Amino acid sequence: MNLFDLTGEIALVTGASRGIGRAIAETLGQYGATVIGTATSEAGATAISEYLAQAGIKGEGRVLNVADPTSVEAFMAALSTNHGAATILVNNAGITRDNLLMRMKDEDWDAIIATNLTSVFRMSKACMRGMMKAKKGRIISISSVVGSMGNAGQANYAAAKAGLVGFSKSLAREVGSRNITVNVVAPGFIDTDMTRELNEAQRNAMLAGIPLGRLGQAQEIANTVLFLASPAGSYITGETLHVNGGMLMV
Amino acid sequence: MGIAERVKSIVVEQLGVDEEEVKTEASFTEDLGADSLDIVELVMAFEEEFGIEIPDEEAEKIATVRDAIDYIEAHKQEA
Repeated sequence: MNLFDLTGEIALVTGASRGIGRAIAETLGQYGATVIGTATSEAGATAISEYLAQAGIKGEGRVLNVADPTSVEAFMAALSTNHGAATILVNNAGITRDNLLMRMKDEDWDAIIATNLTSVFRMSKACMRGMMKAKKGRIISISSVVGSMGNAGQANYAAAKAGLVGFSKSLAREVGSRNITVNVVAPGFIDTDMTRELNEAQRNAMLAGIPLGRLGQAQEIANTVLFLASPAGSYITGETLHVNGGMLMV
Repeated sequence: MGIAERVKSIVVEQLGVDEEEVKTEASFTEDLGADSLDIVELVMAFEEEFGIEIPDEEAEKIATVRDAIDYIEAHKQEA
C-alpha cells in the first residue's frame, strides 16, 4: 500500500490558482484525490481547471470568496451536488495588508481577519457535517512562521495566522472521536512572487537567518500537506508543522 | 409518517442503533450511547427534517426520544 495514497478522497483547496495553493492542489491530485481548487475570479478558476486537466487530475476550479458567507453557501451546495462532500479541506486562501500598527486602518485589520481567519472557521464548519457522516476527514490550514515569531508591519496577519493554531487545536479536540484530524502547516520564507521582489541586500539578510541557507519551495509545503492528508499522517492532530528551513525552531 | 416515526427513523440513522432500541422513553446518552457530538448532529437533523430551529437552551433539555417528539410537535404547530 502506498502510504500517501489519496484515491477516493475529495480535496478542497482554497486559493489554488497559484503559489503554494497550486502546488498543494497538484500534489494531492497526483496522489489520487479529486481536487476542487478555488479562486476569487472566473479567470483564476478556469486556470485551475486547465492545470488540473493538463496533469490528468480529476476535479475542477471554482469561484469562491472565502470572506463571503453567501459565496461559501452557494459553493458548498454546488460541491455536494457535483462531487460529494469534501474529505480533505486545505485552508490556504489568504491575503496581506501590511502596515505598521500606527498606520494600520481598521479595514486593513478587518479584511485580514475575515479572509485569513474567519474564513477558516466558516469553511471548516461547512465541511464538518460531511466529514462527521463519513467518519473521516482532514482539515489542514496554512499558517505562517510569522504567526509564531511576529513580524513588524504584519500585526494583523500574524494575529490571524496565530489564531488558526488555537482554532485548530480546539476543533481537533472536538472531532477527534470521529476520525477527523485538524492540523496546521506554518511555512517560513517560500520562493514566490512576493519574495522574488526583494533586492539583493534584503534577500541576503533574510537568508542569513535560515540554517538551510535557501528559500523554501512551494512544493515543500505541498509535501507536508500531503503527509498530513494521507494515511502516513493519521495519528497527528492539533499539531502545527513548521516548514521553514530552521529559521524558527519551536 | 407521523412525527414520532420520523423522529425515530432519524435517531436510528444518526446513532446507528436498531429500531427496537429506540423506545419512546429511551435516553439518547444513557440508553442509546450518544455523545455530545451525536446530540448536536441529531438536533441539526431534526431541524432539517421538520424545518424548525431549536435554540441551544432548548436543545439541552431534549434528553429522550419523547422530549424530541414533544418539542417538535409543539413547535411545528406554531409555524
